[in-house]
Amino acid sequence: MKILVTVKRVVDYNVKVRPKSDGTGVDLNNVKMSINPFCEIAVEEAVRLKEKGIATEIVVVSVGDKSSQEQIRTALALGGDRGILVESGEELQPLAIAKLLKAVVDKEQPQLVILGKQSIDGDNNQTGQMLAALTGYAQGTFASELTVAGDKASVMREVDGGMQTLDLKLPLIVTTDLRLNEPRYASLPNIMKAKKKQLDVVTPADLGVDITGRVKTLKVEPPAERKAGIKVKTVAELVEKLKNEAKVI
Amino acid sequence: MSILVVAEHDNATVKGATLNTIAAAQKIGGEITLLVAGQGCADAAAAAAKIAGVAKVLVADNTAYAHQLAENIGLLVAELGKGYQYVLTPATSNGKNFMPRVAALLDVGQISEIIEVVSPDTFKRPIYAGNIIATVQSSDTIKVITVRTTGFDPVAAEGGSAAIEAVAVAKDAGVSSFVKEELAKSDRPELTAANIVVSGGRGMQNGDNFKLLYTLADKLGAAVGASRAAVDAGFVPNDMQVGQTGKIVAPDLYIAVGISGAIQHLAGMKDSKTIVAINKDPDAPIFQVADYGLVADLFEAVPELEKSI
Ligand SMILES: Cc1cc2nc3c(=O)[nH]c(=O)nc-3n(C[C@H](O)[C@H](O)[C@H](O)COP(=O)(O)OP(=O)(O)OC[C@H]3O[C@@H](n4cnc5c(N)ncnc54)[C@H](O)[C@@H]3O)c2cc1C
Ligand SMILES: Nc1ncnc2c1ncn2[C@@H]1O[C@H](COP(=O)(O)O)[C@@H](O)[C@H]1O
Repeated sequence: MKILVTVKRVVDYNVKVRPKSDGTGVDLNNVKMSINPFCEIAVEEAVRLKEKGIATEIVVVSVGDKSSQEQIRTALALGGDRGILVESGEELQPLAIAKLLKAVVDKEQPQLVILGKQSIDGDNNQTGQMLAALTGYAQGTFASELTVAGDKASVMREVDGGMQTLDLKLPLIVTTDLRLNEPRYASLPNIMKAKKKQLDVVTPADLGVDITGRVKTLKVEPPAERKAGIKVKTVAELVEKLKNEAKVI
Repeated sequence: MSILVVAEHDNATVKGATLNTIAAAQKIGGEITLLVAGQGCADAAAAAAKIAGVAKVLVADNTAYAHQLAENIGLLVAELGKGYQYVLTPATSNGKNFMPRVAALLDVGQISEIIEVVSPDTFKRPIYAGNIIATVQSSDTIKVITVRTTGFDPVAAEGGSAAIEAVAVAKDAGVSSFVKEELAKSDRPELTAANIVVSGGRGMQNGDNFKLLYTLADKLGAAVGASRAAVDAGFVPNDMQVGQTGKIVAPDLYIAVGISGAIQHLAGMKDSKTIVAINKDPDAPIFQVADYGLVADLFEAVPELEKSI
């Protein structure tokens, strides 16, 4: 079985970003970039399925500019077999990305596509579900456990009230939640080996996909600041403040 | 303007998140139709018809919609959505699951988790874990939107008298089936609806110690939440996680106990009206957003707090 995993290059989760002073975008000068954490979990899950003998090949796909090759190489060091970069310098919206991924799925015919549930930059939580709709495949989103058997998979999902389990037909789209697994680190020898793995570059035009977005960002700004609070010395003082000042208890 | 709101419900009752979503729809302005899709959902539909501001209720009662399977609900909402200029639903785990399918089937973008309606085509939404607020404008002919409930005060659950209309569309994609659900049972208020939330982090050390927070919460009529670290460590179940990738809450009072205040946690609670932090580390970042910070050992402070209220 072939698995496709997607990796997005995003600002590292430890970085606190700021808007540019003119409000036209986010200041990404000299900030650390990484694989979106949910995509790391996706790669790890694919590698585990290969180690179990269920998957035979793992294809890593990213949509972005040239620098996204770095994240593809990292995923190859973690156990991916080959990479595809859909190269575009534009900032693409989830629908366009889902259409590009659909074109890759049509070509590669994987039985399973694993994506992250959410990009930690755009916080969209859309691409996997859109890809599932475009392909007509079933979806197991926010997956906390994935079991593949024959032409079916069972997915345990994190939902607002607790956990839900679904039976889903392959081919299938899965999006990862935090507790699906704990990703491994790449070893130095594997990082070296990854440099020699195949990495193909295609363009949206090669795939025949229209990438125009219809949602325009007019401006970005910091959120409203909270006014500075105080330190209380004792529990008694805290209770007094909550009762008489904040009036919340 | 015509707006279709997809209701969040459990077949018997309409969930509160629907009321905040209708409030967002009212800010856009126009006639609001509420869709209740489920199985055996007549009671939910009757409750929906009473909600203030709803012009019409559509009911799609079919086995295909029993467990809100995204493949089936997505087909239904996309089919019905063609007749509207807006399709809205709350950004709950259910809304997040099916709504992007609707957008893709309609070949339009989705605007996720709006917190403000600036004008009928322009919205504000948080990105980068809430560290940035983006103002976005959509030129799509059908605008597909999920609503962050904390951004909008709910409309009244009573006072309306909308007509109820049955929808015969039965869409079964036939690729997914429900197996089981393990839902947390609790007598405490729902995390996203509670006026007071008490949350615990890694500092709680284990699941047993969360009893300290449950006792405090019961005295306050509060819900109990947690940080990702507490959930990952298995202290408490996943449905309690507050944050960028968990639940978003904005209660009148949020008490963070043994939580350091990582940006991903703050993303889920920093719009609370009053924030209290109890942490033994005076430099913990949580104190930067706390109205009242108490530097103390939680194992002493929490029982004392519980006793003095
Ligand atoms: C992709 C991604 C998504 C994430 N999503 C979320 C999310 O949705 N929600 C979330 O919460 N996190 C999320 N995180 C994790 C986040 O980055 C932090 O790791 C997490 O919030 C830390 O939890 P914590 O504050 O409980 O633990 P810690 O950071 O370990 O803090 C524990 C605190 O307890 C205090 N403490 C210890 N003992 C005591 C005591 N006896 N008395 C008083 N204080 C004590 C310590 O001083 C410390 O400040 C996410 C991370 C990633 C990468
Ligand atoms: N540019 C991209 N390249 C590769 N994968 C992506 C890209 N954008 C989104 N994805 C995938 O879709 C998931 C959800 O993203 P989003 O819908 O933007 O929140 C991410 O975790 C990725 O796995």
